[in-house]
Amino acid sequence: MDILQILSNTGSSLIAPATIGYALAALGLAMHFGFTGLLNMGMAAFMAIGAYGYAISILTFGFPWWGGMLVGVGGSLIFALILGIPTLRLRGDYLAIVTIAAAEVVRLLFLTTTFDKYTGSADGLSGYHASFRAFNPIPDGTYGFGPWVYNANGWWVRIFGIVILALAALILWTVMRSPWGRVIKGIREDEDAVRALGKNVFSYKLQSLMLGGVFGAMGGIIYALPASVNPGVYVTSLTFFVYTALLLGGAATIFGPIIGSVIFWGVQTLLSNLLPALVNIGVLPFMTTTQSQTVRFILVGVALMLLVIYRPQGILGNKKELTFVK
Amino acid sequence: MSNKDTPAAPVQRAKTTGLHKGDIAPGVAKVDPIIIADGVRRTFGGLTAVDVDHIEIPRNAITALIGPNGAGKTTLFNLLTGFDKPDEGKWTFNGHALAGMGAHKVARLGQVRTFQLTKALGLLTVLENMKLGAKDQIGENIFRGMIPKLWRKQEAEIEARAEVLLKKFKLDAKSSDFAASLSGGQRKLLEMARALMSEPALVMLDEPMAGVNPALTESLLDHILDLKEEGMTVLFVEHDMHMVRHIADWVIVMAEGKVVAEGPPDQVMKNQAVIDAYLGSHQDVDLGIVTGRIEGELNTAAITMAAEVEELDSKIAKRKEPRK
Repeated sequence: MDILQILSNTGSSLIAPATIGYALAALGLAMHFGFTGLLNMGMAAFMAIGAYGYAISILTFGFPWWGGMLVGVGGSLIFALILGIPTLRLRGDYLAIVTIAAAEVVRLLFLTTTFDKYTGSADGLSGYHASFRAFNPIPDGTYGFGPWVYNANGWWVRIFGIVILALAALILWTVMRSPWGRVIKGIREDEDAVRALGKNVFSYKLQSLMLGGVFGAMGGIIYALPASVNPGVYVTSLTFFVYTALLLGGAATIFGPIIGSVIFWGVQTLLSNLLPALVNIGVLPFMTTTQSQTVRFILVGVALMLLVIYRPQGILGNKKELTFVK
Repeated sequence: MSNKDTPAAPVQRAKTTGLHKGDIAPGVAKVDPIIIADGVRRTFGGLTAVDVDHIEIPRNAITALIGPNGAGKTTLFNLLTGFDKPDEGKWTFNGHALAGMGAHKVARLGQVRTFQLTKALGLLTVLENMKLGAKDQIGENIFRGMIPKLWRKQEAEIEARAEVLLKKFKLDAKSSDFAASLSGGQRKLLEMARALMSEPALVMLDEPMAGVNPALTESLLDHILDLKEEGMTVLFVEHDMHMVRHIADWVIVMAEGKVVAEGPPDQVMKNQAVIDAYLGSHQDVDLGIVTGRIEGELNTAAITMAAEVEELDSKIAKRKEPRK
């Protein structure tokens, strides 16, 4: 068992583009669920729209990388409008059902062979890196220390992702401490009371859905930035994983979703390396290495349940501010 | 708040009179109405919850809306405030036609309401609850909200105003606590104070006294009377007839969705239609039998009434004691 390799992989996962992508999506869910109380179960769709919007506009329409990102973000704004206008009048549970269905519709649209020319259907999309990499200010070479050794492109993606993540967290922090954020939190508590005070609740909920959706789309883009867009990623369980990261850190916090994503990926990577290694040296004789990969998802589920039952406010949340235990 | 220190009961403040024009009848015209509603009808399936031909709410007075359970009082409240849409009908507030207008727009015109089941925003602090009530906040726009410079000054003004109100409602010690930690009565106070943050012209209170202890009831009564003194109009739904007698200048009685009577409280209480529809549950009871002066059998209505009378007696006794 190569413990060093396992620890190195785990350390590397802490700033992986996937982790940053999750953190952005979790920030979006913090906006939706933690602050506004919108039970959006379709975050995977926002991420898919971001990633596909980015890849398709570069591959099919020859956009530069920033143009592709704008298309991805714009797409998520339009999706938030289409999703929000009919559904935001619904209360909690119904919104969850509709968003989960909408997310499946989006995923299947990207998966269908009808649009194979643009979406690559089941194969997904890749080979859209040239424009983004051409913008890389870091000279060629390998940099870093310990587990964090990457080439220039690897660093460029990570630094870009972290800057976007920091920007998103800053935006969320500024809006949530403003009177706008006060209205948003009021809506989470009781939207009729807020309506009775003369606030346009529907408009605020739509704004929240759009802002969180943009974070989700950027998360999808960062997630797809180093490698490829794969339709198998944007399934419903992606939304649940992001929720796990969010609840782990604290739903109604700014840094909670980020820390939650880092821990989520750290533990995931550790388990996916450690469990097969343990099987191989005979510590876990009752399972195969393939089974051990499934076990880690079972552990995610168990962790989510324990979290909701015993620490619903997450790691950073205020004990009194249990946002989903009423 | 002038008579706060003296033990004077709220009863002793002068009632506003001369609110109506012509003979008193259901739907009578008012000298200066703030709300005029015509033909407002709301059905839930086969049930007609509200069917009001004409109703006028007098300005700068305290109007009570009473009636038996299921009379449509809260539904009428919901319709007037835009929380529910009627099948037909139109109504104006301060001259603005409100039919079809969303609840938040109605509130912005200066017609603010509270709820029968108190809606304190539990996971906001008491102060945040209050600040949320203020109208026309610059920082409530998402883009301007991102630049604190634009809204800091207004925020400070709002906070100062909130603190004055909190002090008045004796909630100032709680201002940084979560509203969820308040007691039921304090939440009622908070909801009312929050409503006042929007500087309304009309305050609509849905059962402000429900579940509030007698001492707090008295201070709430005082607050409601203060509202009138400050030039606001109050419309409230209440089952506590003592409160209605004490503070209402005008009483509107609803039954089965219709306005069956209205008038000054002392007159309305004697109205046969009101006795039949609301106070009249005891009319079939022979008081002589209850008190034992006449021989006869007590029916169930009489037994329940006797229990109620006892309860009322003890309540009245309790309230009178501290005033001596």
